[in-house]
Amino acid sequence: MVDEAILEMRSITKEFPGVKALSGVDLVVRRGDVHAICGENGAGKSTLMNVLSGVYPHGTYEGDIVYDGQVCSFGSIADSERVGIAIIHQELALSPYLTLAENVFLGNERAKRGWISWNRTENEAVAYLQRVGLHDNPATKVIDIGVGKQQLVEIAKALAKDVKLLILDEPTAALNDDDSAHLLELIGDLRAHGVTCILISHKLNEIKKVADRVTIIRDGRTIETLEREEISEERIIRGMVGRDLTSRYPDHTPRIGPELLRIEDWTVHHPLDRGRVVVDRANLKVHEGEIVGIAGLMGAGRTELAMSVFGRSWGVDISGTVYKRGQPINVRTVQAAVRNGLAYATEDRKQYGLNLIDDIARNISAAGLGKLARAGWVDENREHVVAERYRRQLNIKTPSVSSIVGKLSGGNQQKVVLSKWMYTDPEVLILDEPTRGIDVGAKYEIYTIINQLADEGKGIIVISSELPELLGICDRIYTLSEGVITADVARADATPEHLMHYMTEVREEDHV
Amino acid sequence: MSATATNAPQTDHPTPRPEGALRATLSYLAGQLRQLGLFIALIAIVILLQGMTHGVTLSPRNVSNLVVQNSYILILAIGMVMVIIAGHIDLSVGSVVAVVGALAGVLNNKLDIPWLPTILLCLAAGALIGAWQGFWIAYFKIPAFIVTLGGMLAFRGLAQILLKNTQISPFDDTFRKIGSGFLPDLGGGTSFLEPLTMILAVLSVLALVVVGVGARRGRVRNGLATEPLLWFVLKTAFMVALILVIAWQLASYRGTPIVLVILGVLVVAYSAVMANTVFGRQVYAIGGNLRAAELSGVNARRVSFMLFVNMGVLAALAGLVFTAQLNLAGPSAGDGFELDAIAAVFIGGAAVTGGIGTVGGAIVGGLIIGILNNGMTILGVGTEWQEFIKGLVLLAAVAFDVFNKRRAARSA
Repeated sequence: MVDEAILEMRSITKEFPGVKALSGVDLVVRRGDVHAICGENGAGKSTLMNVLSGVYPHGTYEGDIVYDGQVCSFGSIADSERVGIAIIHQELALSPYLTLAENVFLGNERAKRGWISWNRTENEAVAYLQRVGLHDNPATKVIDIGVGKQQLVEIAKALAKDVKLLILDEPTAALNDDDSAHLLELIGDLRAHGVTCILISHKLNEIKKVADRVTIIRDGRTIETLEREEISEERIIRGMVGRDLTSRYPDHTPRIGPELLRIEDWTVHHPLDRGRVVVDRANLKVHEGEIVGIAGLMGAGRTELAMSVFGRSWGVDISGTVYKRGQPINVRTVQAAVRNGLAYATEDRKQYGLNLIDDIARNISAAGLGKLARAGWVDENREHVVAERYRRQLNIKTPSVSSIVGKLSGGNQQKVVLSKWMYTDPEVLILDEPTRGIDVGAKYEIYTIINQLADEGKGIIVISSELPELLGICDRIYTLSEGVITADVARADATPEHLMHYMTEVREEDHV
Repeated sequence: MSATATNAPQTDHPTPRPEGALRATLSYLAGQLRQLGLFIALIAIVILLQGMTHGVTLSPRNVSNLVVQNSYILILAIGMVMVIIAGHIDLSVGSVVAVVGALAGVLNNKLDIPWLPTILLCLAAGALIGAWQGFWIAYFKIPAFIVTLGGMLAFRGLAQILLKNTQISPFDDTFRKIGSGFLPDLGGGTSFLEPLTMILAVLSVLALVVVGVGARRGRVRNGLATEPLLWFVLKTAFMVALILVIAWQLASYRGTPIVLVILGVLVVAYSAVMANTVFGRQVYAIGGNLRAAELSGVNARRVSFMLFVNMGVLAALAGLVFTAQLNLAGPSAGDGFELDAIAAVFIGGAAVTGGIGTVGGAIVGGLIIGILNNGMTILGVGTEWQEFIKGLVLLAAVAFDVFNKRRAARSA
């Protein structure tokens, strides 16, 4: 192993409208290392990698990238690939109906004057596939192999481009244990062959296993870089969460009543990979007037748990029972779930929450339209009166409730989503990332609304990636790791380190 | 048309914040521009053709013909706009017209079944066809394009099978009236103006004003923003004048075509359904964002299924009207109607991606196509040029839309 830097990123700063995603990040990666990057969701890891690989072209960020001793200014992904940097994203970039061989050389075809040489394609593909430990027929279509193998095809594809620096973004997030172990082995093997790896992962045990160094990023800044001998899970967790908890949360004294909702033995399988358990025998409950948090890292199964409970909107082979006030209730369809007093405000309001091309009033009434209708006819005047009421109550900043929702800011869109579900008058509200992508002022308003809803006796379940947020507003927090509820922590006992410990707890390890 | 025009809740002027007010007014005007522009385009085309044809276009006889000859496309356009708003498409309606016409021929001509049972059976057949296609689209998740392309071929074939590759003619007189008949002439054929037509016109005008004022009062009572009074008065006055002028021309000829009554009822009813019912809302919701609608508790499959049943019934009705007008059921009936109906919908401002469109818009779009056809025929322009020009009009209308949206996005 040569002790020199293959890559140096110097005080990288990247701003998006209204947000500073990176402020002066430094990163030094030594040649031949496996270099892990850790940080909470939204800390800036992916942004940093996008800067490095040219997704954000030179000029849209500040700072320098020195690669192989040269200052680089990549204008596109193609530029960074040319010098041997390849990035493998969480969502795989394979073409499902093409063969393994075709995918290995996608965009890098073995061709002469535009005519593909199929013999060379196949022969060389076999060689690259074997290097990553894949012995499948190169004529197999990508759609016919599992996600684990697809990940390997991605790596073979990178190798075919003569990669020197391989960036892996959460490579094991979608893999089962065997596939993960295999992948980690492969990463070690690539290191032996002189390929440098940058590994972004939430799985601290994996990092401990393969990483030579770890850089921790928090709030868009480099916190520290740990050497091999310093790496331990506790040490990394401390770096990831160690921020001061300034009070950005309204005061709230909970008035907790009897049990309202109980979910028992809830198990959900992945719709595309039925063998994979995404939520594993989860048990949780929420009382009247209680705000319960669900903490978990990306891929832990938080949204999957919530959506499967809400009318089986996600997943297959779902089993388990939902009780309301001790009585089992039917949540098989969204209609039934809504009828039984459940509401789910999605984490992805643009995709799943709103009809962006319609106006505010009609979005607010969308889930509770029955309350506005007599014999199928909608009372539009009342609809507008209702929308006006929520506009005032939630302070939705818009000139009129007839404005198109797509033109509102994120915080105001979120308030429309909340209004929609508040109008159905639910007993239990599941709020999935209720403050994602909205500014601090609007966040405070949303927290206030959540507190008010709890004070009305509703049960609130908040899913969030931001630990301070959960610690700031919840009365009780469940931690979720790989589909398993690993702890049930009262607010008084919860610290970020404590929660992060349970959030990164892995099934086969001994501290259950 | 009048129902949507008066009930549309799209007024925003109460704004206290100055920069918000400006933006809202601009977006309000941009939103109006599309509907207004369409209407203005229709009027401009009418005036242009009126000049070029030396007054033939708006002559009493031609106005009557315009209504009668475009009625079936307009009926199809009503069903089609709903299907397209939901994000689907229906390519089979032309063939459904043919198969229903053939069925009517077999029932009415071959089996001597009276006109009313014939019509009811044909409408039921349309519902069945719609249910068949809707089943595959809604519950089997096969794209509507594929299912109805299959239907287009299959039902054309079925029409030929029913007709045994010949034509069936004639139909009984009462049956023919739904295509080419007129309401009874109360003046006995001798009066200067046919009285019943004028009575109906005055009644429609009264209904328009009463409904419009009622809706406006309702908004005021609930403390909601209303459109400016001047604009409301001008708009209503224009609609009143339009209805009276058309009625005058019709009354000067043979009175009110029966199919105009059918069409009028359909337009008012379906405009109201789309604008004011839960079902209508659900159609817009699934077209605008299917996943969000499902997660809001909309039974999207049932809505899609019902839309295709409805389309089947309307296509059957169009088939009956067309067959009655020709007094003949032929194997090539309705050929290309689906494309005219789809073109009408898109000229009328519907979005290819779903979620946007109105029944009124589709009717105006259909009238633009119909009047262009009619005018060019009067001028002796060949069908080849007619097709060519229709194609350009469709492209221009949608290009105008896209241009408008881009500009709105830039200014926002």
